[in-house]
Amino acid sequence: MPIEWKTYSTGSAFDELIEKTGKPRAWADSLSHDFSSLSDEELNAKRIASEVAIQSMGITFTVYNEEEGNSIDRAWPFDIIPRVIRKDEWRRIEQGLVQRVKALNLFIDDLYHKQRVIRDGVFPGELILNSKNFRNECVNVNPAGGIWAHICGSDLIRDNDGQMYVLEDNLRVPSGVSYMLENRAIMKRIFPELFKNYHIQPVDDYPEELYKRLAELSPRKRKNPEIVVLTPGIYNSAYFEHAYLAQQMGAELVEGRDLFVSDDDCVYMRTIDGPARVDVIYRRVDDLFLDPEVFHKDSTLGVPGLMRAWKKRKVSLANAPGAGVADDKVVYAFVPKLIKYYLGEEAKIPNVPTHLCIDKKERDYVLKNLDKLVVKAANESGGYGMLIGPQASKKEREHFANLIKHDPRNYIAQPLITLSTTPTLVDHHAEARHLDLRPFILSGKKTYVTTGGLTRVALKKGSTVVNSSQGGGSKDTWIVDVKDK
Amino acid sequence: MLSRVAENIYWMARYIERAENSARIINVNTNLLLDLPIKVTLGWEPLIEITANKALFKELYPEGTERNIVKFLVADQRNQGSLLSSLHHARENARTIRDIIPRDGWESINNLYHNTKVGVAANLSQNKRHDFLHGVIAGSQQITGLLAGTMLNDQGYQFLRLGRNLERADMTTRIVDVRSVNLLPEEDEELKPFEHIQWTSVLQSLSAFQAYLQNVQGPVKHNLVLAFLLQSRQFPRAFVHCISEVQECLKKLPRDTEALMMSSQIIEKVKKTRTASLTKKNLHKYLDDLQLQVLKLGTTIQNTFFNLQ
Repeated sequence: MPIEWKTYSTGSAFDELIEKTGKPRAWADSLSHDFSSLSDEELNAKRIASEVAIQSMGITFTVYNEEEGNSIDRAWPFDIIPRVIRKDEWRRIEQGLVQRVKALNLFIDDLYHKQRVIRDGVFPGELILNSKNFRNECVNVNPAGGIWAHICGSDLIRDNDGQMYVLEDNLRVPSGVSYMLENRAIMKRIFPELFKNYHIQPVDDYPEELYKRLAELSPRKRKNPEIVVLTPGIYNSAYFEHAYLAQQMGAELVEGRDLFVSDDDCVYMRTIDGPARVDVIYRRVDDLFLDPEVFHKDSTLGVPGLMRAWKKRKVSLANAPGAGVADDKVVYAFVPKLIKYYLGEEAKIPNVPTHLCIDKKERDYVLKNLDKLVVKAANESGGYGMLIGPQASKKEREHFANLIKHDPRNYIAQPLITLSTTPTLVDHHAEARHLDLRPFILSGKKTYVTTGGLTRVALKKGSTVVNSSQGGGSKDTWIVDVKDK
Repeated sequence: MLSRVAENIYWMARYIERAENSARIINVNTNLLLDLPIKVTLGWEPLIEITANKALFKELYPEGTERNIVKFLVADQRNQGSLLSSLHHARENARTIRDIIPRDGWESINNLYHNTKVGVAANLSQNKRHDFLHGVIAGSQQITGLLAGTMLNDQGYQFLRLGRNLERADMTTRIVDVRSVNLLPEEDEELKPFEHIQWTSVLQSLSAFQAYLQNVQGPVKHNLVLAFLLQSRQFPRAFVHCISEVQECLKKLPRDTEALMMSSQIIEKVKKTRTASLTKKNLHKYLDDLQLQVLKLGTTIQNTFFNLQ
């Protein structure tokens, strides 16, 4: 049986493509028809073609296996039905993301300088003192161009009512963009006819835009600055992406041991031609592993003296160390206020309503309503340190109640949002699966937003966990120029 | 090119070559022992010395029996110099440069390691060993050929050739050394026929017998075999040939002066040697000295390209 929209059940969530059973959204009429007109054989052939493409393009993500002492490359789980967003909606989201990241960069720069935002009473100073990601070493440092978070990945979700929210901002070492690019490459191989018929906005300019912004940061003014991608190495789960981006930008992919800081405070890489000076490091290593002279003494992933070189502006780091301070979920709660404070504008994309447990009144509310709320630790990611109240056992809720009472600053709570769904291929028919979206925002002289982003989809029925390590997959994201009929 | 990447390519090539020659060393000794006259008793212990592992072997094994020594040299991963360890190191080096070497190359190295590891325990007995080791030799040669046929001929490829030829030069001297310690008393007329058989065995274990006959066009004689295996520029496993290859690679790389000078000196020295004068007394010492020269050249290459500060 091919895809039949008559039997597609949308459930209680908002569906991106199908308004209600049997009725695609008006603007998606012809696209949904294209999919339902594929026979079983055609669908199967497309699916197999996508798997072959993934194999032969070598698109993998890495899972480290302790027992074998081996890293295992798993094929990237991919669904062939695209996730579609209308271009007019996307333009508004794009503006909202630009606004958001601009405010976040101003906020970070302010925190490491005069802290006006605290003196003006907009942001409580004690939250910074307790932040795991505030780096004293960065106080009064002026990174090139005044920008701290050059690369930001913000997660967007859509609620029942169709409203898009920002769920979190990743300002440390956000990953996933290579999969966005590869997903598009796969789709072009298997559905060339669709790319002819629809105005699907291209995504392929990302590596070039990234290169441009990294080159802007070069301390030496020269035509071809030496740019490198710093990876923790082959065992890192995002190694594929590090290698991919380095290759796409024509940059050298280096590990910490390939670099050293010399007496002149410049950074050099060891090459067979001798030491070669490095201008810009796109680092995919966390702050605390960057420089054993300053942070974790036993880190072998970093480069001794790197912070010294960065502070003296002999080398640029993207993202700048310390940028993660705005990655904190407590800071997240303040972003709409920060936008107002720094830019004098209302936030164009709302936050998910957030209760800060450090506030007594809000904390009492959270503790009383744990069975309705999602609780998150302020500095965890990837679904760790989280309680989904409605699905948790009594014991788990009690455990979190204790955690909150013990360290209220470190917890926030939000209502449970039902992530929107989109048709996803299951055997030979389509079923609704929950998803989110991670666009990437590049800051520099001009801000750039990816066209769409990485759509992650929970492949298990009813699941809202979209992480690839936990049964998540992904889809190509199409920003399509359509007119309402 | 990053020093680390160059170094990984270089060592990957060395370890593949080392694994192949470890198999050859076992095979040559097996053959030599088969051909020995009854009254001469020579064993496996010299192999431990030739591969420079005496102390570790004594620590791990109570007796220097054939079984123990073969196991130590082929299958024991506690011995960093064993055949299986070499394949393991080759694979670890290849793993970190998967983006640089052809994908088939990585897969072949991976397979050779896994197949050898799985098969080794059941295949060490005298009657199965030859085929098994021959499989490792064939597998290594397949990888070498595959890389030669598909890898970009850039600087990285020069490091691959550099590693392979340096290791091969060293291992050829060690394989000849197996013969040197098994040399028979020269004055014994009764043993004369065995002399011929034994040098033939050495040639065969280096896949050199046919080439020798074509090139030398004479009988298998001690001084001629040594001249062929050490001084030939044409035979790919001959010492001088290998060092000349090293020299060619160095010419294509930057910052080559010191290593290039050293390789020229080594070649000069070997070419001047009168092989007839290398007899039981001094052959072992001569080969030892060549190994030392190769070691020094390796250290210079290491310091020039990889260990810079």
